[in-house]
Amino acid sequence: MTETLTRLPTLVPPPVELPERAAALRADVRAFLAEERAAQRWHPRADVWLSGWDERFSKELARRGWLGMTIPTEYGGHGASPLDRYVVTEELLAAGAPVAAHWVADRQIGPSLMRFGTEEQRQKFLPGIARGEVYFGIGMSEPDSGSDLASVRTRAERVDGGWELTGTKVWTSGAHHAHAFFALARSAPRDENNRHAGLSQFIVELDAPGVTIRPIPLLTGAHHFNEVVFDKVFIPDSMVLGEIGAGWHQVTSELAFERSGPERFLSTFPLLQALVAQIAGTDLDAEGSLAGPSIDAGRRRDLGGLVSRLWTLRRMSLAVAGSLESGHAPELAAAVVKDLGTRFENEIIDAARLLVAIPPDPGAEHGYARLLADAVLHAPGFTLRGGTNEVLRGIVARGMGLR
Amino acid sequence: MSDNAELVELAESIFADARSTASESESGLDAGLWKTLEETGLARLTLPEAAGGSDGTLTDAAAVLSMAGAYAARIPLVETDLLAGWLAHAAGLETPSGPLTAVAADLTVTPSGEAGAAGARVTGLLARVPWARSAAAIVVLSGDHVLVLDRAAVTVTEGVNLAEEPRDTVTVDTGLDSGAVGTAPAGAAAEFRLRAALGRALLLAGAARGALAESVRYAGERVQFGRPIGRFQAVQQQLALAAAEVAAAAAATDAAARTAAVDGFGAASTAFAVAAAKARAGEAAGQVARIAHQVHGAIGFTREHHLRLVTTRLWSWRDEDGSDAQWNDEIGARVLAAGPDGLWPLVTGTP
Repeated sequence: MTETLTRLPTLVPPPVELPERAAALRADVRAFLAEERAAQRWHPRADVWLSGWDERFSKELARRGWLGMTIPTEYGGHGASPLDRYVVTEELLAAGAPVAAHWVADRQIGPSLMRFGTEEQRQKFLPGIARGEVYFGIGMSEPDSGSDLASVRTRAERVDGGWELTGTKVWTSGAHHAHAFFALARSAPRDENNRHAGLSQFIVELDAPGVTIRPIPLLTGAHHFNEVVFDKVFIPDSMVLGEIGAGWHQVTSELAFERSGPERFLSTFPLLQALVAQIAGTDLDAEGSLAGPSIDAGRRRDLGGLVSRLWTLRRMSLAVAGSLESGHAPELAAAVVKDLGTRFENEIIDAARLLVAIPPDPGAEHGYARLLADAVLHAPGFTLRGGTNEVLRGIVARGMGLR
Repeated sequence: MSDNAELVELAESIFADARSTASESESGLDAGLWKTLEETGLARLTLPEAAGGSDGTLTDAAAVLSMAGAYAARIPLVETDLLAGWLAHAAGLETPSGPLTAVAADLTVTPSGEAGAAGARVTGLLARVPWARSAAAIVVLSGDHVLVLDRAAVTVTEGVNLAEEPRDTVTVDTGLDSGAVGTAPAGAAAEFRLRAALGRALLLAGAARGALAESVRYAGERVQFGRPIGRFQAVQQQLALAAAEVAAAAAATDAAARTAAVDGFGAASTAFAVAAAKARAGEAAGQVARIAHQVHGAIGFTREHHLRLVTTRLWSWRDEDGSDAQWNDEIGARVLAAGPDGLWPLVTGTP
């Protein structure tokens, strides 16, 4: 038994405390958000990092120094720590603020360019990202490559002075508004003995000749996803990201960042907040008189259970962020956060349905019925995006030596 | 997980040794293990040196307690260090040596309010006192009084929890000399409750990890359909779910211990963190025990298999010192008092 216990991998990094300065930063963000809310510039929504595209809001954040926070100052960023960025991000998501426009660029493009990008690429994109003016997408999945990412078939052919991309990417959020995206493509023939070899990442400007972008409406009919088709799109050598052939390593090394952030458990937080308002009888959206509290022990306990889980998830997510900041890549812990966190996002929906008898209404302007409608209709995506939960559990099983 | 690696290593070697030498049919105090803990200073880790302790922090204690839970150690560590030792010392009383236990319950003192007076008597019934039969003394928080009752002065009726750990009924009818009575510090009742819940939650988190470790090992060894059952995706998915629960329990309890260490037990942040951690660890307990037994099949359901040592503890401890339902109710009350705008500040601990 001694052996087995020590042999179990680390499932969660040690707890972290946020730096002292975080409190002031958090207060600033909250004050800004309160001002925006008071002016009714937007209403809190569920799943804002997919659906809340608002370029004005992104630029306002940038003006306050809250985009590209971890990008060094020489590239227009703010040289802040990932934990500072964490504080800003969790505040924005908890408020249900419209963060989709800058989301991908701020979360992963900036850090990737700092890690793998050339000086030219950094100069070209980072200042715009930090100003909230340059938006990015991600081109990984394909019609026949979802969870099995190594099977991508988009081809990169060597041509004079660069590469020529041909193939199709799908589920690219915001490609119809974005300026560029990172495409994962096969730059060398597939090797059955090493499926991860021969993949490369390319920075594709979405207005380049040969790029066609078509909407893939969500089940609601809303347009967030796109199909991006490349027909012999020329990519100059200067727009290869990192090393040719190192695409798999580059893509997977970012996954711990992508999987453990607050967006993996806060997508339906505004609904939880509205649920509290309903039960506490302080629903701000009630017209005229307040409904009055409808507290009973069962409701109180269920609400408490959700909040205990939320508090725990946040501590786990913060622990992973702290571990990332000190240079580790806690792949297992990140997978665990995403599995638990995205299931939690669904648990909020279950509770919202069971504890309060307000049916979802996608036609409502805002408020409980609208939050519930959006949450229900967006829920299938929670446990799919960023690697399905089943694939993530496979990663955890492998980490424990089971495969 | 903890950054105090040496302490973790020491604790693990001690508890693992105790497990490998003890007979699994035994229950009750592991006297040999207790002696080792006394000798290494782990038995009174968080007590000040003046009270015979090691002056360790709560985060040190967290590391040791979760290890004790993982190896199903049969010792009153929470009771001695976090509860009885703390309470006696805080009340200005001498901390008795040997294993201790503690309970918060109202005893009757006659003449009333004169616990310190010569000839005072104390009577009452203490229900489900952990480890009472093996404790050298029982420290009782009764109203504003802290009483240290010698084991020999009380009558113990043995009882157990699902893990066959002593949960005894103690009948008190004894005279008190003034040395055994002190005044409880302010907020003692609330702190007692939080300390007990935090200690229990840390044990739970450890036991959950122990059950997962057993299950992963078993899944790698047990062959069915021509391969280890751990090669089947259905089993892998279940064990990954258990791992997530183990991670959640560890994160919650470590964070609560850290909060208590930094902010103190009187802080609202600690009350929230301990409540959430005990509730979350309690939730994890049921899920991990269920998966552990499912993976082990029928053999894990037998007396001869040692899986029960951790799973019965998971089932016991989740309901002791406040069940997840009770602590979630408390969190719910805080949430409703804070209202919708106070929810996020409550979760982040930043008003």
